[in-house]
Amino acid sequence: MKSSLINMVMVLFLITLVCAAAIGGVYELTKEPIDAAKQAKQIAAISEVLPSFEKVGIPQEKSVDGDVVKIYEATSGGKVVGYAVETFSKNGFGGTIRIMVGFKADGTISGTSVISHSETPGLGDKIDKSKSDFSKQFEGQNPETFKLGVKKDGAGDVDAITAATISSRAFVDAVNRAYQQVKPYMED
Amino acid sequence: MEYFVIIIASIFVNNIVLAQFLGICPFLGVSNKVETSLGMGAAVTFVMAISSIVVYLLQYYVLVPLNIAFLQTIAFILVIAALVQMVEIILKKVSPALYQALGIFLPLITTNCAVLGVAILLVQKEYNLLESVVFAVSTAIGFTLALVLFAGLRERLELADLPKAMKGTPVALLTAGILAMAFMGFSGLV
Amino acid sequence: MSNLKIFTKGFVKENPTFSLLLGMCPTLGTTTSAVNGMSMGLATMFVLILSNIVISLIKNLIPDKVRIPAFIVVIATLVTLLQLFMEAYVPAIYETLGVFIPLIVVNCIILGRAEAFASKNTPFKSALDGAGIGVGFTFSLTLLGAAREFLGSASLFGHKFEALQPYGMLIFVLAPGAFIALSYLMVLFNKATAKIK
Repeated sequence: MKSSLINMVMVLFLITLVCAAAIGGVYELTKEPIDAAKQAKQIAAISEVLPSFEKVGIPQEKSVDGDVVKIYEATSGGKVVGYAVETFSKNGFGGTIRIMVGFKADGTISGTSVISHSETPGLGDKIDKSKSDFSKQFEGQNPETFKLGVKKDGAGDVDAITAATISSRAFVDAVNRAYQQVKPYMED
Repeated sequence: MEYFVIIIASIFVNNIVLAQFLGICPFLGVSNKVETSLGMGAAVTFVMAISSIVVYLLQYYVLVPLNIAFLQTIAFILVIAALVQMVEIILKKVSPALYQALGIFLPLITTNCAVLGVAILLVQKEYNLLESVVFAVSTAIGFTLALVLFAGLRERLELADLPKAMKGTPVALLTAGILAMAFMGFSGLV
Repeated sequence: MSNLKIFTKGFVKENPTFSLLLGMCPTLGTTTSAVNGMSMGLATMFVLILSNIVISLIKNLIPDKVRIPAFIVVIATLVTLLQLFMEAYVPAIYETLGVFIPLIVVNCIILGRAEAFASKNTPFKSALDGAGIGVGFTFSLTLLGAAREFLGSASLFGHKFEALQPYGMLIFVLAPGAFIALSYLMVLFNKATAKIK
């Protein structure tokens, strides 16, 4: 086709219009599945760290240390069975670490799960359950008696990952932050 | 302090070419001579700095208020393409000398994924305007640094006696791998 | 050129990764495992086939001077559609591939095929061309991903080889390994094709 100004403007305008319409349509179409997928991921992360529950409420958001800690209350038959806390630590070797920590109603840690991290593969990424048993040592421990600090530092009862003390410290820091935030709920 | 961390992180630790794999095409294509690498680096720095401002304004004053953030990819690439064209035209008129130096690299930048990559990353990292600019400029400096270092190595490699199958791109990639290893030494710095 | 040839030329002769050296960023950036490499290859193939079809359908309507901007709009639209579908139906893969999905827009392979093939050929032939190049690209990425996964974490497509676990060379999963593994694969490719050429 000839490249006159009107031609060019018209054609580009038409193409853009059709494209925008197509994207808009598909956006509406995929909106629900996208939301559902996000929610499913959240629920999956929560059920990984908590024993069985019926439903979780809308999270309470607490601003601490320049970021947000989210606390999900899990109930079963109207009774609180535990809290899942989405927490973070900025002291990771490769940046921020985000983990989900589950607490039973009495304050015992029921499980942890890493949401996102950028630790070194093969060393720091052992904080992930699928890579090593490091995070399993927290399960069934109550921070009242189990001191949240790295043993090597003389600060607590946690065995650090060999050659990844910084990542281990950050993980402990995140769990501790979760515990500090969820503590007031336990005492009610 | 915050800015200092961004600068060090994006030049060394998360070097855009050697750690994030963006902008590999010019890295392998243009980096035969130190001089051309510097020219390419300067052009990228220039475009990235401007595009980070434009993209920031576009994202937070147009796309988000209108609730059409899903048009991000298409909007960004069009703006970057138009911007590169504009920079080229303005440079030609205002500073012919600079145009002479950077001109040939400008058309190549539209399809340099580092520019679009930085635009998407600065939105993803939720930087504010000043942080975005600092991030863009220091990333571009990291890009230039990788390009120049690599060009220096390649100038010497040309004289090396290599097996036939190894010549050209394979040995360039191998060198890049060793350079990437050196850059890994920076991890944990911030 | 016969249809079969159009389809198969992307495998070796015009293999985008090993022969044409196009699309290097996703090639190096997403191939930490065979599955990741394959997902990236398939995502790119999806955009490549559709963009080739659409562009060859509208090629006669576009004034020559605005050809490239028009192509970019079409490609960017297809990439956005892909992003939406992936986020909805395969969120895990979408997250792993991250920034490299929107960056398909600036993948030189796609604009290259649009300009060199789709703007001159029928929709059917363009679709074949896209599929062929796409298969070549997916194959290369899967191969590189598999090599890095096997050397780096002693597993293949997520299947762990217990006996080999202690011998995994971590460096291959990290950034330098991408360059090194691709370099050696390219040497092998050159060796193998030197005889054919």
